[in-house]
Order: sequence, then structure tokens, then C-alpha cells
Amino acid sequence: MRETATNEGSVVRWTLIALAVGFLALFLVLPLVTVFAEALRRGLDAYLASFADADTQSAILLTLLIAAIAVPLNLVFGICAAWSVAKFEFPGKSLLVSLIDLPFSVSPVVSGLVYVLLFGAKGLLGPTLSDWDFKIIFAVPGIVLATVFVTFPFIARELIPLMQEQGTAEEEAALTLGASGLRTFLTVTLPNVRWALLYGVLLCNARAMGEFGAVSVVSGHIRGLTNTMPLHVEILYNEYNFVAAFAVASLLAGLALVTLVGKSILEWRHGDGLAAARRH
Amino acid sequence: MSVAALRSWTPAIPRPSPLPGFGITFGFTLTYLSLIVLLPLAALVWRASGLGLDGIWRVATTPRVLAALETSFVISALASLVNAFFGTIVAWVLTRYRFPGRKILDAAVDLPFALPTAVAGIALAALYAPNGWIGELFAPYGIKIAFTPLGIFIALVFIGLPFVVRTVQPVLQDLDREIEEASATLGASRRQTVFRIVLPTLLPALLTGITLAFARAVGEYGSVIFIAGNMPFKSEIAPLLIVAKLEEYDYAGASAIATVMLVISFLALLCINLLQVLSRRRFGNA
Repeated sequence: MRETATNEGSVVRWTLIALAVGFLALFLVLPLVTVFAEALRRGLDAYLASFADADTQSAILLTLLIAAIAVPLNLVFGICAAWSVAKFEFPGKSLLVSLIDLPFSVSPVVSGLVYVLLFGAKGLLGPTLSDWDFKIIFAVPGIVLATVFVTFPFIARELIPLMQEQGTAEEEAALTLGASGLRTFLTVTLPNVRWALLYGVLLCNARAMGEFGAVSVVSGHIRGLTNTMPLHVEILYNEYNFVAAFAVASLLAGLALVTLVGKSILEWRHGDGLAAARRH
Repeated sequence: MSVAALRSWTPAIPRPSPLPGFGITFGFTLTYLSLIVLLPLAALVWRASGLGLDGIWRVATTPRVLAALETSFVISALASLVNAFFGTIVAWVLTRYRFPGRKILDAAVDLPFALPTAVAGIALAALYAPNGWIGELFAPYGIKIAFTPLGIFIALVFIGLPFVVRTVQPVLQDLDREIEEASATLGASRRQTVFRIVLPTLLPALLTGITLAFARAVGEYGSVIFIAGNMPFKSEIAPLLIVAKLEEYDYAGASAIATVMLVISFLALLCINLLQVLSRRRFGNA
């Protein structure tokens, strides 16, 4: 195509496409390929043997457990926050929305640090906790808290803008027709936001399973007890057990790919059911 | 005073909504937000205020902390500038051109959001190590990438990449092509239209993207520590120093560094927000 008044010439066009594709291939595709190539470097048997290790298995189980606690908690929060912010007017609303987004702008390390300052041995509530013989830091509750913190806004920020766009007319109609509040929510609101909800859960889950910095600060890295998959990757890598490290990493990379595919399908097929910012 | 006048005078009383459930959902939202986010962050403020300003200053100005802060902020700034350049090109190509594989590429842009940082970290370290696929191309010339500040830069470009693309892309999509046609009709060349009409319109979004990428890069930990080498005074980032202080049970030191990081990031965000307001005023809203 020749250069026209409103289009670039084909030389410029293909140069830009080549630059973009090259940049993305170098920075996105190559690292992803590396994960699987390194995991399979010693062949399929060595790869599979990595998962026979008891510590690896307990790391996988712990990661699943953490996500199974953190995601539903933030799901309930997301729905409550979206219902109150989107369907009602009250002073200080925009402050509340900014506060909900706050965990996104805090460094993962600091997210872990704040819980250590609160519950650690020398923390604010540390002595009280040790009197009760209850451990939060260097134990599973701390990992759950840190994970909940870093994944806090994911579901709420998908629901709030969408429910604001949708307004309250349909719910008001349902109430007028005699439906109870709960029934209105379950049969009117929930179906309207289901794709956005799924979208938020998908992203929340990916971060919950993959979080490293915050969890690393509170976990104490006790093998078989407080080691999540990302932390186990670090331990194996630092022990020069590269095949096993990349094998565990390949599971997490697989999770990332599944997340991306699910997210793209939601954007392409159900774009109308997502908040405006997510429609492509 | 009549009732109507009184009503219009009273400041915005919440409009009563016929929907139920405000009390319980709002109460739960506030409680959960306070317990999970606000209370723990208050613990940091409490710890830092216990040190006093000169206590924080003393920790922050030790040579090793200063070096780490400089490394974090300077390399994050460089990485977000590189992302601004390539991110704009990627956003442009994805919205304006049609070519095979475009949709897959579009979806792939979000990979740094979805890929756990530790996985990205070890993958980048393996790639850019002297015996890695990319590292070995540079090793013969004596250029080391992994385990040097250059490695930190690579990792920060990786994790900041989606921010610029995802903030510029929607603006570019909604941009009215008629403005470009008008510019062309008035005799502008394509280059003039792009550089004087299109790019200035993108500027506020671009600044937002740079800010987000920068803020993320400054706090980033997982993807950096594997490739950085973590040599004090050379390739040590500020978040790593917080972890090191915590491992020594030096809560005060860790809080001081965290506070300084938060304050500097906050100031940087404020500056860029101001720039944004100025450029919005200059080039209209976008």
C-alpha cells in the first residue's frame, strides 16, 4: 500500500509491525519457551520425576489451599463492595474506591512487611499471639493474609464499573414485582455480571497462586509446611536443581497460559458482559 | 425559608435507594478493608513514626541503602521509558494494522500480568546468563547481562510492558479518524498528522501508562532477584534490602526503607499526575 494522507506507506507499516512482533517475541515468547525448554532439558522422565518429590507435592497442595481460601474471600468482598458502591450513593465513595485499589500500588515486599510488623515475633500483636500460642507469621495464616492482600482489588474492580454502568432499574423492577432482596440479587444482578465475575476470579486466582514477594516475606520457607509453588521454585533454583525448578515453574506457566486463554475468550465472546475498559 | 429552598441548600444527602442490603454490604466492605488493608498499613506508619524523621533519614542515607534506592529508581525510570517507546508502537500496530497472528499477539501482551514473577525471574536469568540463548550471543564481546544492572533493566522492561500498551490502546481505538482526515485535508503530511495530531492526543494516556509501569517496577521483587546478582552497591534493589533487614529481625530498618520507597513513589506519581493535568489542558481531554 502506498502512503496516503491517512495511512502510512507499506515500508513504514511493515517496519512497525516487525518492531512490535520482534519486541514481543524477545520479551514475552522467548522467556515462556525457555521455561518449558529448561524443564524438559533432561528429557520427559526427569521432568516427570520432579513431581514425585514429597516437598514439591506439598508445595502444590499448599498453593491450591491458599487459592481456595483467598479467592472466595475476595469474591465475597468484591460482590459486597460492588453492590454498595454501584447501587447506592454515599459521601466518600471515590475515596473508598481508591482505597480498594490501594494494594495494587504497594510493593509485594511491603505487603508482606506490614503483616510481619503486625503479627511477627517483635510486632505489634506478636506477644499477644505467642501467649495464645497462635502463629501467623512463618505459618499458613500469614501466607493466606499476604495473598488476600495482594489479590484484594481484583474482583471488586471488575464488578464496580460494570454494575455502575448497569444502574438499578432492573433490580427496582424485580423488587416492585415482589421479589425479595436476595432473590433479586441472585436472579437479576448475578446473571448480569457473571462474565465479569468469572473474569475477576480468573485474574485473582492467577495472582493468588503465583504471588512471590509478599508470600516470601511471611512464609519462613519451611519445606513441606509453608512452601508455596513459587517459593519452592526459588529453593530448587538456588540449590542448582534447575530441571526440578523449571518443572514446577512450567506448571505455573501453564496456569498463566490457561488464564490468558480464558481471559481472551471472555473478552472476545462476552465483551458485552464485561466492564467497558475490558471490551476490545 | 421555604421547604424547597431548605432542601436545595442542604448538602448532598444520599439519595434513598429502594434496593435493600446497603447496611450489610457496606459494613462488610468497610470492616474487611480495614482489617486486611488499612490496619496493616497503619502498622507500617506506626513503626516508621516511632523512628522519627531523623531515624528514617539515618537509615535511608546509609551508603548501601542509598545505592539500592538509586538502583531501583533509576533503572525503573529507564525501563518505563523504553516501555513507553515500544509500548506505543505495539499499541499502534495492534489497533491500526491487520496481520496474521494479531489477536494472539494482543492476548500475549498480558503475559507479564499472568506469569508468576518467580517464573519470569528464573526464565529471564536462564535466557540472559552467559550460557543462555541470548546471553551467549553477547558473552564473546565481554557483555554480561544477567547478574548485572542490565539484567535488572531487562526484568523491569518485562514486567512493565503491559501497562503502557493497555492504557494507550483504548485511547487509540476510540480516536476519531476524522480528525486525521481533517488534518490531511488541511495539507498536513502523514508524518505531521501523526506527530502533531495523534501522538499529542495519546500523551495523557501514555503518561498514565509510564506512571503505572514505573510504580510497578520500583516495587518489583520476584522477577528481579534471580537475574540481578544482588551485589551490594551494584545490583541490589531496594525491596531486596527490606527482605534482608527483615531476615535480621531489623523491623525498624525495614520500615524505614519501605517508608522512603513509598514517599518517593508517591512524589513521583504526584509529579506525573500534575504533568498529566497540564497536558490534558494543553491538548484537550483524552
